Amino acid sequence: MTEKITVALAGNPNVGKTSIFNAITGSKQHVGNWPGVTVERKMGKRVHNDLEMEIVDLPGTYSLTAYSLDEIIARDFIIEEKPDIVVQVVDATNLERNLYLTTQLMELGVNLIIALNMTDLSLAKGDRIDAGKMQEFLEVPVVSTIGSKGNGIEGLLEEITKEFQRPQETDNVFTYDDAIEKVSEDLESVLESDPFFIHYPSRWFSLKLLEGDENIIRKAKESDSYPGIEKILNKVDAELLEAKIADQRYKTIQTMLRQVCNINTCSLSGSDMVDRVVTNKYLGIPVFLSLMWAAFEVTFTFATPFMNMIDIFFGWLAEAVTNVISVPWLASLVGEGMIAGVGSVLIFLPNILLLFFMISLMEDSGYMARAAFIMDKLMSRIGLHGKSFIPLVMGFGCNVPAIMATRTIEDTRDRLITILITPFMSCGARLPVYVLLAGAFFGRDAGVVIFSLYALGILIAVVSAKLMRGTVLRGEDTPFIMELPSYRVPTLKGSAIHMWERGQIYLKKAGTIILIGVVGVWLLASLPAPGSNAVFASDAIYGTTQSVIGVIGQFMEPLVAPLGFDWKIAVALLFGVVAKEIVVGSMGVLYGAGENEDNLSQILAAGAMTPLAGLGLMVFTLLYAPCFACIGVIKRETGSWKWTMFQLLYGTSLAWIFAFIVFQAGSRMGLLV
Amino acid sequence: MNEKTLDFIEPDTSVKILKVAGQKSSRKRILDMGLTPGTRVDVVRRAPLGDPVEFKLKGYNLSLRKREAETVLVEIVE
Repeated sequence: MTEKITVALAGNPNVGKTSIFNAITGSKQHVGNWPGVTVERKMGKRVHNDLEMEIVDLPGTYSLTAYSLDEIIARDFIIEEKPDIVVQVVDATNLERNLYLTTQLMELGVNLIIALNMTDLSLAKGDRIDAGKMQEFLEVPVVSTIGSKGNGIEGLLEEITKEFQRPQETDNVFTYDDAIEKVSEDLESVLESDPFFIHYPSRWFSLKLLEGDENIIRKAKESDSYPGIEKILNKVDAELLEAKIADQRYKTIQTMLRQVCNINTCSLSGSDMVDRVVTNKYLGIPVFLSLMWAAFEVTFTFATPFMNMIDIFFGWLAEAVTNVISVPWLASLVGEGMIAGVGSVLIFLPNILLLFFMISLMEDSGYMARAAFIMDKLMSRIGLHGKSFIPLVMGFGCNVPAIMATRTIEDTRDRLITILITPFMSCGARLPVYVLLAGAFFGRDAGVVIFSLYALGILIAVVSAKLMRGTVLRGEDTPFIMELPSYRVPTLKGSAIHMWERGQIYLKKAGTIILIGVVGVWLLASLPAPGSNAVFASDAIYGTTQSVIGVIGQFMEPLVAPLGFDWKIAVALLFGVVAKEIVVGSMGVLYGAGENEDNLSQILAAGAMTPLAGLGLMVFTLLYAPCFACIGVIKRETGSWKWTMFQLLYGTSLAWIFAFIVFQAGSRMGLLV
Repeated sequence: MNEKTLDFIEPDTSVKILKVAGQKSSRKRILDMGLTPGTRVDVVRRAPLGDPVEFKLKGYNLSLRKREAETVLVEIVE
């Protein structure tokens, strides 16, 4: 008979928690979100000694306060779900700060096991840690592990089994001075006499009250015994206590460390030496830019052959299938709708996999924190965190993986703003539109025009970020307190798992939205217009005035006329939501140029469109609703249709306004005629 | 007295924490990260653009923006 137990993995960020999680669960894991929020929740299973362990990876935290979403999630899980065992992964090279979280986990009264991780690195550093003595002092099991190599995992599982079968009573190892202990006792007796607090460990709750934890005070206010609690709290100086409690936790840790280990602190670590170059006043920025360039090149250049292969394969498949199916509309639905739709989902996969491989290398090595350290000043000017820089740069390649890369930004609001402004980074798919139009209308100045469009995108992103910070996403700035973890050699396995996980999320969550969008547009372009006697899904009507989309385009003409666009442009822009580069192809068909871009360029230059309208169209393409793939990942990453629609409407409104200004002001001033 | 706020300390200087002031949420986080009164902190370097600043304490490296460092009262130790 197997018994089911829940094991929560807790720990500071950068302690190798993910590698322990991977080592325990192997491939049996799935990623979801914590209820109601977009913070990721990883779960996995492992059977050991007739125990079916459900492993829950808690967000990495330094403490358990109410000031960060991650910490609230972790502590709420522990209090409400009451996991059978909590394993805290502790970085053996950085014991003092890591054990601070231990003090709070012990106060929560959980069945704690400590996985003393990266013991190989601490040994190499010259530290001697006596795990046995540590176990004696803390009165909880301590297991040495090396997560990246999978060492010590069996021992850890064994200890989990033992602890589950015979939970050990632990005393309060972490005690405070008499004054604090006295008030805490008074509070505890009030809490214990009120059944309202039955679910909360009373010592932890009383200490949180003394620390002035806002969530806990709010909770206490709901109870009938709050007047009694308030009376006790009024007698103490909260600000002083808060510092004292933190201080005394660290004091106890120091006392213990003196007994259990001999830490070698004098030598300059390898990390310090690397940082002398990497975050150097003069070299820091050049090193950062070169690494960014390399990551960009790998992501977008290496991906090109794979993307071409996907493109060719699906093109071939669509044609092959079309030839086999004798019913024309069905052939078109399967070929141009569904297969093309699947193709347009898969086409982004090489970019996503490569980008996340690169990001994983940067994160696991510890460089990501340095990148944020270097770019923070610049990003803080627009109210963002240093970590927002990398997704924004990647946006120039493709917005889809860039938006997924915002996962590295911890603060929810910073992340949301970064997601909302990333589409203004002009992606690679918009370039063909610029090349065509700038080439047709601006000849030798085409380069300047295209460069200005990229600059306009950045400008709009910057202004938008400031604007959102001041309006829809207002609020207290989160303090910037970031660890610069020691450099480590990333493991291929860790990066590969991370990369694959992102790819899967993209396919599952964003894939559906993209597919529906693409097939939807196919349907609009294939359905004969009302009153037309054309054949459904025949080549002759695809996207023309004979089709529904053509009618919609004509209907929209008055809306886009002030921008100097006709209905054909309106239709091409509708197609552009499938993928931006399709704008060019659609214009080719609609202006009767076929697939030859030179023809189209000549037709446009000969007067099918004015140069001002052409410039307006480029601006419009830069700013308006992103493609379905991008919309899909915005939905997935924000977890909200409201913000997805906001981005769509905000971008499209800006696109209209800017194209209007270009066309109207330009015409009035007699420019480009 | 030799009291200063942490943002004024030049790199390659060691200080001792006296007090953490500032908003409740940032104060609590700063204390949790180990900048409790009496702790020794080495100022390592400023970022290439001048902000944030990197510190070393309790055997690890931490960075704070000047805005946060400004809330930490310290004295220089020799």
